[in-house]
Amino acid sequence: MTTPPVALVGYFEPWWIQIIKGIIIFAVALQLVPIVLIAERKILGRMQHRYGPNRVGPFGFAQPLADIVKLLTKEQFRPTTSVGFLFAFAPVISILTAVAAFAVIPFGDRQSIFGTKVGLYGVDLSIGPLYLFAFGAVAFYGLMLGGWSSGSKYSFLGAMRAAAQLISYEVSQGLALVGVVMTSQTLSLVGIVNAQKGMWYIVPQACGFLIFLVAGFAETNRAPFDLTEADAELVGGYNTEYGGGRFASYYFAEYLNVLVVSGITTTIFLGGWHIPGNPYIPGWIDPFIVLAKMSLITFFFIWVRATLPRLRYDQLMSFGWKVLLPLATLNALVTAIVVTASH
Amino acid sequence: MTGEWNPGDDVVAVQRVPTPSVAGSAYRTFGETLRGLKTTFARWIDGPQTIQYPEEKVPVYPRFRGRHRLHRFQDTGLEKCVGCSLCAAACPADCIRVVAAENTPEHRVSAGERYAAVYEINMSRCIFCGYCEVACPFDAITMGHDYELSDYNRSDLIFTKEMMLADALERTPLRREGE
Repeated sequence: MTTPPVALVGYFEPWWIQIIKGIIIFAVALQLVPIVLIAERKILGRMQHRYGPNRVGPFGFAQPLADIVKLLTKEQFRPTTSVGFLFAFAPVISILTAVAAFAVIPFGDRQSIFGTKVGLYGVDLSIGPLYLFAFGAVAFYGLMLGGWSSGSKYSFLGAMRAAAQLISYEVSQGLALVGVVMTSQTLSLVGIVNAQKGMWYIVPQACGFLIFLVAGFAETNRAPFDLTEADAELVGGYNTEYGGGRFASYYFAEYLNVLVVSGITTTIFLGGWHIPGNPYIPGWIDPFIVLAKMSLITFFFIWVRATLPRLRYDQLMSFGWKVLLPLATLNALVTAIVVTASH
Repeated sequence: MTGEWNPGDDVVAVQRVPTPSVAGSAYRTFGETLRGLKTTFARWIDGPQTIQYPEEKVPVYPRFRGRHRLHRFQDTGLEKCVGCSLCAAACPADCIRVVAAENTPEHRVSAGERYAAVYEINMSRCIFCGYCEVACPFDAITMGHDYELSDYNRSDLIFTKEMMLADALERTPLRREGE
């Protein structure tokens, strides 16, 4: 077997399995986003003493479908000051990076399906967290280029905020993961999950978990860190000038990012498909355990959105650099000392 | 005129809490955040307070001033309105038009000497003040309970005598005792 050119892949599979898995992952992601959309609107409604959408379909569950159809049938227009091809391309970057990050989230260990060994994940990279951060960094070009190429003040301000916010919080997020990586001694996400068989990393790495979660809020531009699209001051932020299908792409990417962060948190801190006590469970249940844990985190995202008001820009910056970064560094340092001492 | 500015004796200095320490502010941040999360979750448990309008309606009070009604005598079936135009005179929005005509033995419409041959209220002008009801010496016009008056055409909002004489629309529930 020859060495792969880019990164060491933990487990090789035939090309046709990779293609099938790619299609399945995209299909699953495509199905999950409308569910999160309607869940968010319903839960937000309940938390504000209202019903949320309840007119389209049973209990309003067809509302995302109606929204998507509405958006996709709308006219595509762009401001005369915009940069045409970038304006059209930026939402594609956003959606691409979100789906790409979804590929490494493990939904289960290797299973034997019809006699073929198949891992229930897109690909098990030996550089899992690095891959995620790489795509997280590229994702910001989607917002940045979208905002800048719109040729509008509001979009530009939103994009600038997105840039500052993503760069600041990516550092803390990365450092929060360093502790886990040092403890588990592997960069493979499947390896990290398997290292949590005894105890989930949320217990020994509680500080790292909190930092990661807070940074995750900032990375996904969700409340209370949604300065990027602060509707009150920036109209819609980076997507002010977008409408129709392109806006739908941004919206899709935003919610997919929420799911991705939920997935990463599940994988790294909540033990993936392991459940406490490790009772025997058939392999096909693994993805459902992961999805259940993901929906818990996603619910927390929505819950926080219903609760916390938006931060001011300077508060966001000072919190990121003066609180989260030192805390994350300290966490990594203490973990390093403990890991070295225990070996 | 030397020294500090004196704002006056009745001015009280604002009491401020002491600036918290690092641990104190961290505790405050977490504590208050958790309290906020508890509050929003409790709202969910409360359940929605929405009244789903077209299906459910807010009940009205007995003295609610909605769409007007004209009345007949229950025994004779004659109209109470005698076409005196006092309601039109009282109307601040000038939305009532009354044209009176003489009752004849062959053609008796109202109990009085005259009757309202034309009685129109322009609902797009009416401000639902109820002065017409107060002005009427025979209680011929009262304010009903119906408030669903929107229409597609302005001319459809000019209500005629026949429309207001017809049986009251029971589209809005009446508020019960203690509701």
